[in-house]
Amino acid sequence: MEVPILKQGHYLIASIQSALTDADLSQLREALIERVGKFRARGVIVDVTALDVMDSFAVRTLRDIAHMARLRGAETVIVGIQPEVAFAMVQLGLTLKGVSTALDLEEGLLFLDQQAKLRIERGTGRIDRG
Amino acid sequence: MADELRIAVTADVDVVTARQRGREVAAQAGFSSGDQTVIAAAISEVARNILNYAKRGEVQLSVVTNGDRQGVIIVARDQGPGIPDVQRALEDGYSTSGGLGLGLPGARRLMDDFDVTSAVGKGTTVTMKKWRRMNA
Repeated sequence: MEVPILKQGHYLIASIQSALTDADLSQLREALIERVGKFRARGVIVDVTALDVMDSFAVRTLRDIAHMARLRGAETVIVGIQPEVAFAMVQLGLTLKGVSTALDLEEGLLFLDQQAKLRIERGTGRIDRG
Repeated sequence: MADELRIAVTADVDVVTARQRGREVAAQAGFSSGDQTVIAAAISEVARNILNYAKRGEVQLSVVTNGDRQGVIIVARDQGPGIPDVQRALEDGYSTSGGLGLGLPGARRLMDDFDVTSAVGKGTTVTMKKWRRMNA
């Protein structure tokens, strides 16, 4: 099942609707990385609210998406990890280290806006990074 | 022995089916939604291992009652190449498939009982159980 990817301003929003096979996840990764370039996106949100399980393959793929998107100039934030899913992930030893997360879509958008602002401020030297 | 469910694992969609059936079986056996997720995640890992290493195999799900405990038993079986060093395969971060190496050790952490028997050239069987206390 293909994951719909919406474009909103400078951001891409992939909203997972149902359980995904490994092939679906890989397809999502390819599609997102391709579209970051096509739409010159600065941010990517992957909404996993509908996922009732995240196993090692899912976590690895999300991590890959975040790292690949960053190499293409876009920040990624994973939103909507459910409490039970978080519990099982920690037990499995899956941490999503180095990947930004937010509670839900709203928080994810706020996060990306803040990141964009930071980047602009850094670019114009208005931020004191000492 | 209570009902038994067998899911053939030959494609990645079967991994999804196996974990969904596992969640249903756990729900019927009275497990909390948190435990259902834990059981589904463990099934996902062992079912994917079948696919990655043996190409085909099966996942068998059953519910047992033992005194005041009820349990879900998951048996993942294949006739694949087998695991030369089971101890090693149970270590975090060890993988021969380019994965994260968290499948087996992770599944073991998720479940109460966990056993791997494997013979090189003959196949691998992973048996894992999750228990819950039944209230009157």
